[in-house]
Amino acid sequence: MSSFRAFLMPHRIVMFLLFVALVIWCAVSLRWDWLPKYMPLAIQGIWTTLILLVASLVFGFLLAVPLGLAQAVGPWYLAWPARAFCTVIRGTPLLLQIWLLYYGLGSVFPYIDGIRDSVLWPYLRLAWPYAILALTLSFAGYEGEVMRGAFLSVRKGELEAARAFGMPRFMVFRRIWLPLAIRNVLPTLGGETILQLKATPLVATITVVEIFSVSSRVRQDTFIIYEPLLLLAVVYMVIAGIIALAFKFIETRVPTQR
Amino acid sequence: MEAIFEWLGIGDSVQLLSLSAPGWGMNLLRGLANSLQIALGAFGFGLIIGLFGAYGKLNGGPIIRDLLAIYTTVVRAVPELVLILILYYIGTDLINQLATAWGYGRVEISGVAAGIWVLGIVQGAYATEILRGAMLAVPTGQIEAARAYGMRPLQVMRRVTLPLMLSFAIPGLANLWLIATKDTALLAVVGFSELTLETKQAASSTRAYFTFFLAAGALYLMVTLLSSVLFSRIEKWARRGQPSMRGGGG
Repeated sequence: MSSFRAFLMPHRIVMFLLFVALVIWCAVSLRWDWLPKYMPLAIQGIWTTLILLVASLVFGFLLAVPLGLAQAVGPWYLAWPARAFCTVIRGTPLLLQIWLLYYGLGSVFPYIDGIRDSVLWPYLRLAWPYAILALTLSFAGYEGEVMRGAFLSVRKGELEAARAFGMPRFMVFRRIWLPLAIRNVLPTLGGETILQLKATPLVATITVVEIFSVSSRVRQDTFIIYEPLLLLAVVYMVIAGIIALAFKFIETRVPTQR
Repeated sequence: MEAIFEWLGIGDSVQLLSLSAPGWGMNLLRGLANSLQIALGAFGFGLIIGLFGAYGKLNGGPIIRDLLAIYTTVVRAVPELVLILILYYIGTDLINQLATAWGYGRVEISGVAAGIWVLGIVQGAYATEILRGAMLAVPTGQIEAARAYGMRPLQVMRRVTLPLMLSFAIPGLANLWLIATKDTALLAVVGFSELTLETKQAASSTRAYFTFFLAAGALYLMVTLLSSVLFSRIEKWARRGQPSMRGGGG
């Protein structure tokens, strides 16, 4: 209720009316005649973006947990490579990583004996496996660092209590350590998820047809510059908004003692 | 020397990366210089936007505050690549219209200026949030004391708020600087010859993809690691006179 009253402050009403006027002006005086023709492609592009996002989030997080664990409590021969991996991923641009994997690996694979006859070859010639691999490794690198702090933030007493109940080590990890660690960094993970969404358009540079490359295609075909880009920005803002709301919802569902 | 490289099996790579004519080393270094130039410019431009933005968010009227909230939210929700394209086209359009209005004809915009303008606006949104948080962390008593001495708002800013908030802002700003250096790679997409694009050109004309991309990665990593060292020094300097937190509780 109070947020609704805050919305009714006079300057906000004026700004909202200006915004509506802007939207109407955009709808009327800009060119949207290309929209029906490219709509199916755009919807497909949005799906590709979402699939890339979800796949890299899931695989990346699965990689990040051992990376974080190794850095937090692992012996030096595990902690050291994990830290090196995170530093390298976080220290170089994602675009460079994507190009290294796609052009680099892509130029080496054909010369390996027998790989052309293998079952994997049809996939290795496509772009999207490299896109998912690069996005996954990047997310794992950033999240490995986050999870390191998360694992260290769980209080020792909780783990000792679990051990005292006679839980084996893996059960302690599965039931106590991991859930508490994830709970502690839930807001950070929300922010990182949005960052990952913002990283997906980079794979358009290696010919993956997601929503960004659809908008580039429209620009090249019709020489209309601003309209596809504006619509693209709106699409990303909507997806980012949904992610933010989803994490807010999860955060309210997770019990806290604080 | 060359015999050692040959023995290691990287003789070809060393030759490709050499600084003189047949090698592409000079191109990479030129790209690195361009990248650093843009990163520095954009970081500085972003800091200026961030200072005004944070000041406006904390002390401005309701309209300024709402406008700044829209700016920071939109910039942080839209991918940098999309923003770069939008700002790039808007910037070149505006300048060309101004130029034709004053009767100069079309102007060729330098890549460095365009890159600084585009990345600076993106950095400004993040800098606004970082500096706002740091300004909030300055104890109010200090600011009240400064006001009680009769200092004007700008004087309070210059003499009290800015020096005191520096130690809170440095870690965030260090992160932002690293983002700036990595975001320069995105300018490769609009065809500006910074390190990543130079690398790709060198790689695709020699077909030695791994050599060049790994070399460029090493250059970026070097910049990152050196910056971390530098920023931890700056942070130590900004924290001078503050009690150490080591040991905790004390």
